[in-house]
Amino acid sequence: MIPRYQTILFIVLLAASAAMGVILWQLRVHAHERLLRGQDSAPTQAPAVTPAEQATLLVADDSSDSLSRQILSLPLPQNPEARSRALLGKLFDLYAASGAAHPVPGGAASVAQVFLVPIPDAGGKKIPGAAQLAVVNLTGTFASGHPSGIETESLTILSICATLNANLPRVTQVRFLVDGQPRATLAGHTDLTRTYVASDTVLVSDTAAPAGGARP
Amino acid sequence: MSSRTLNPRLIPGANTKAVRAMGALRVAAGAAVLVLSVAAWPSPLAAQAPPAPAPRFVVVLDAAHGGDDAGARFGNQPEKAYTLALSVRLRSLLMARGFAVVTTRESDANVDPDRRVEIANRATALACISLHAAESGSGVHLFTSSLAPAPASRFHTWQTAQAPWIVRSAALAGELNAALKNSGLTVTLGRTALPVLDSLMCPAVAVEVAPEQPAGGDAQAGDDPSYQAHVAEALAAALVEWRADGAGGRRP
Repeated sequence: MIPRYQTILFIVLLAASAAMGVILWQLRVHAHERLLRGQDSAPTQAPAVTPAEQATLLVADDSSDSLSRQILSLPLPQNPEARSRALLGKLFDLYAASGAAHPVPGGAASVAQVFLVPIPDAGGKKIPGAAQLAVVNLTGTFASGHPSGIETESLTILSICATLNANLPRVTQVRFLVDGQPRATLAGHTDLTRTYVASDTVLVSDTAAPAGGARP
Repeated sequence: MSSRTLNPRLIPGANTKAVRAMGALRVAAGAAVLVLSVAAWPSPLAAQAPPAPAPRFVVVLDAAHGGDDAGARFGNQPEKAYTLALSVRLRSLLMARGFAVVTTRESDANVDPDRRVEIANRATALACISLHAAESGSGVHLFTSSLAPAPASRFHTWQTAQAPWIVRSAALAGELNAALKNSGLTVTLGRTALPVLDSLMCPAVAVEVAPEQPAGGDAQAGDDPSYQAHVAEALAAALVEWRADGAGGRRP
């Protein structure tokens, strides 16, 4: 004869198991709905394939302390801000590659955003088609991982400024942010609070860089 | 020699304070002429007096980083330790050659960049050398400020105080470049935006020591004491030459 308390315990446990099964089934249904909602918000339009264009990158070289000109064929967006970001992304990819002449970790993801702002004239008016200030927002990971030193930091800054100016001639000034905030120096040396003149690099003929180079 | 004080009551419509000031100026001018006349007159007392000591040639050495700010890694030590050791060595060499040396730090201490500039600018130095070290590149890198040259004026903003000294700083960098090259070191010259450098009111150069990597030769570790001594000797020789050239005085 099964005791009465054991029968009651069995019925309670059976009911609890059934309730848990129902709850699990409902959670599964909800998770599936969430997944479907997430898929709905994903872009359905395929990215437009842009034709490759010639882009000029001013690539730093630590051994010769100079910038060398590299002309590459890249698919670039038409939007100037997206174009600037893509150019700098490619530049940083070159620095992150193994055996780079100016090794800096991070790659293309190091550039969070690039904003292009018209520079007002002396009277404070913003003239369409006038010179532009590029505000480059770098990631904190890039800044903290950048090698420390006057030469290496200066070359990074100059290569960014010169690359932007070479491909977007209206960009004449460059400012920097790190994670959206002003930062005193890039990695302990070069000033990041000042406005850099984008064309302020002296081109020199350099045997190490046959296509031309620039020195800080 | 006599001088008269103008009586404002004798000049109709004259401002009393202005006339009194003019009178005081005339008295002062008269006194100055008198002092100059006496000084120009040959006197036996002046001939016997010992010659006045030449003004001391002050050099500021700024060992970069320190305390919590270790700087770059340089060989087996942090940049802050290397720059302090180089500063101490260079100070000894310069003092032995009759320079007055002011340093921005003597120990592993936190020194704010603005405090460094204050120390240097109060020293009224004829050369300011900011010492750095890095693993990238080869030899010794000399940097002057990338500010655009500006004419000297009474006031300058803190961040652009170096602007009137740019030409003199370039001349000092040229002197250092010649001495370092003469001693067989690889040298690169450049311009940079370094917060301390941009605020200095003296001929100023940032010296960044990197490992010597001669083409086809064996690389020399940057923190090798003999290499450090070599660099310090060359820098001291350059500053001796800078002093011999007159250094252009204390005006930009």
